[in-house]
Amino acid sequence: MTVQKWLQTHNGQITAAAAGLIVVGFAGRYFAHSALGYAVPMALASVIAGVPIALHAYQALRVKVVSIELLVTIAVIGALAIGEYNESAIVTFLFLFGNVLEAKTLAKTRASIRSLTEMAPTTAVVLQADGTTETVAVDDVEEDDIVVVKTGAALPVDGVVVQGDGYADEAAVTGESRAVHKRVGDPVFSGTMLADGALQVQATKVGDDTTFAKIVELVEDAQDTKSHAEKFIDRFAQSYTPAVLLIALVVFAFSRDLRLAITVLVLGCPGALVIGAPVSNVAGIGNGAKRGILVKGGTAMEAFAKVDTFVFDKTGTLTKGETAVTAIKTYGGTADEWLTQAAALEALSDHPLGRAVLAAAATRGLDYRHVALVDHQTLRGQGVTATIAGQPVCAGNEKLLAAHQVALSATQQADLRALQQTGSSIIILAVAGTVRALIGVADVIRPEAKAALAALRQAGAKHLVMLTGDNPLTAEYVAKHLGLDEVHAGLMPDEKVEYVRQFQAAGRHVAFVGDGINDSPSLATADIGIAMGSGTDVAIETSDVVLMQSRFDALVHAYRLAKKTVWNTRENVIIAIAVVAFLLLGLIAGFIYMASGMFVHEASILVVILNAMRLIDYGGRRSNLA
Amino acid sequence: MNQKIIMQLDELTCPSCLTKIEGAVKNTPGVGTVKVLFNAGKVKAEFDDRQVSADTLSEVVTQLGYAVQSIKVKPL
Repeated sequence: MTVQKWLQTHNGQITAAAAGLIVVGFAGRYFAHSALGYAVPMALASVIAGVPIALHAYQALRVKVVSIELLVTIAVIGALAIGEYNESAIVTFLFLFGNVLEAKTLAKTRASIRSLTEMAPTTAVVLQADGTTETVAVDDVEEDDIVVVKTGAALPVDGVVVQGDGYADEAAVTGESRAVHKRVGDPVFSGTMLADGALQVQATKVGDDTTFAKIVELVEDAQDTKSHAEKFIDRFAQSYTPAVLLIALVVFAFSRDLRLAITVLVLGCPGALVIGAPVSNVAGIGNGAKRGILVKGGTAMEAFAKVDTFVFDKTGTLTKGETAVTAIKTYGGTADEWLTQAAALEALSDHPLGRAVLAAAATRGLDYRHVALVDHQTLRGQGVTATIAGQPVCAGNEKLLAAHQVALSATQQADLRALQQTGSSIIILAVAGTVRALIGVADVIRPEAKAALAALRQAGAKHLVMLTGDNPLTAEYVAKHLGLDEVHAGLMPDEKVEYVRQFQAAGRHVAFVGDGINDSPSLATADIGIAMGSGTDVAIETSDVVLMQSRFDALVHAYRLAKKTVWNTRENVIIAIAVVAFLLLGLIAGFIYMASGMFVHEASILVVILNAMRLIDYGGRRSNLA
Repeated sequence: MNQKIIMQLDELTCPSCLTKIEGAVKNTPGVGTVKVLFNAGKVKAEFDDRQVSADTLSEVVTQLGYAVQSIKVKPL
């Protein structure tokens, strides 16, 4: 069927030709005052613009679909039959012209996703066994192949750097445009840009298995996953179009007025209603995708907008999930001096608290590796002891000190309690029987969390809760610092699920925010599961919203975006219904006919698309979350 | 159903195109589930390669007047 293809590709020209003929027709009427010079071009325009519409109608009918095109086709034939050539010409022209404009504007709402997919390279340079390189299609690269990537190129696979050095812009995967240093052994992701340097990458995931391909697929599916409202409208539209046909027939049967009947057909087209809701979601989801926020479809968008209770996991979500030295109290001497000694001792143990001390010593540039140390001993559940420069040194907890008959002074006792109140674990350093330092080690609260939680409240969150497996003291401190409403500590994953259920039973709409690894049951149980900071398969599968970066501002943006998107959808539905009501009123009052009806109709479709387009740039043009 | 085909089409603009394509592909013998992604302009379908070939499916869509830009076939 090449005719159809030709018509499809020449849509623009056909529309233009119809427009030209309509102009000629009006010229014939007003300048030449010729009835024939008016009717002939108009009839011709109707036919030229009508054929593609009729063809669409026919094909839809073949698969048993009563389409909008069918309504228009019948209306046009009817109009031609009663000699309303100008009406039919304008109706067909407006319908086609509307389609052209719709295609243009729709493309804009879809541009975010398109730009995403276009980041994916189509070819890869693969290193061969003999040392030469060969350019192959991305789909032909196999796991373990070595891929060569040069400056300015996009990575074609997920993999590990085996040679070279460079800076990659991982915006495609994290939504954050920033150069990340990549060295041998570092993981790299498909779709990210090598901004500088040259790399050889051993492929671990290729083709549709790469993180990037999964993100693209997820977003594509999400845009076509319909919300409840959309599904309702779809069902409505499906029976609506045939119903309009029926009503037109009934109108004709009773009034014997063909003109009125065909006007009903044109006015009945459900255009803005059908396109209004999906287009808002497409724009909203696209906005998120650009910022590393993946929302899985209209249903997720709707549920997210309704959320009033946020339940957070602590470790890795509200906190960074890595322990660090947060406080040092010294008693004589300097912090650096005692930290060096503590690090020298801890370097020989592999305790998690010890690692935090080493990291702190390293960032301060302390040379703890060359401290001469003998008689090293690790006491499980207590700490480490050794002899440095002839003096016994111990670093550990109160039990260790008690075992070595070292007592804390009243001041030190008070300091110790105060530090514990902040949720820290404490390493006590004693040299030659005297306590010299208290080193507080804690999981660091994300610096931006407090402001972001306040912003969430402002955006409509009523209840902020923290559930954690950690001890109550630490949990209390974090909750107080962040101003949470409720906190439950010492929980197992299934107990967290229980709390989520309780909130839901109390009529709350619950979002669970976790790292997507430990909390899959809670993520799945909550009305909305939000996985933060990981593009892992598990997170993508179990959650409704995936935040590619571990950033609270992304969470806030996502929440606001969901509310905005749902509001936008409502606006569009209201616009569409108002237009239908207006047309109906116009028909009854007698100031709306076919051509003007079609005009209002097409205009309303453009209005809802333009309204949705406001969502594309919501929250700033580019990822301005930084 | 042992194969999955993904066809990338040109921009789809009318929701009724979607129903049309879906119906036509589904009615081809040897085709299982069909999903048309309106916004991405993609057709995803499961089919049995002993009954129908990927080229035939692409032809079905082309027949309706929609240009198929690229085809990807994966074993299920």
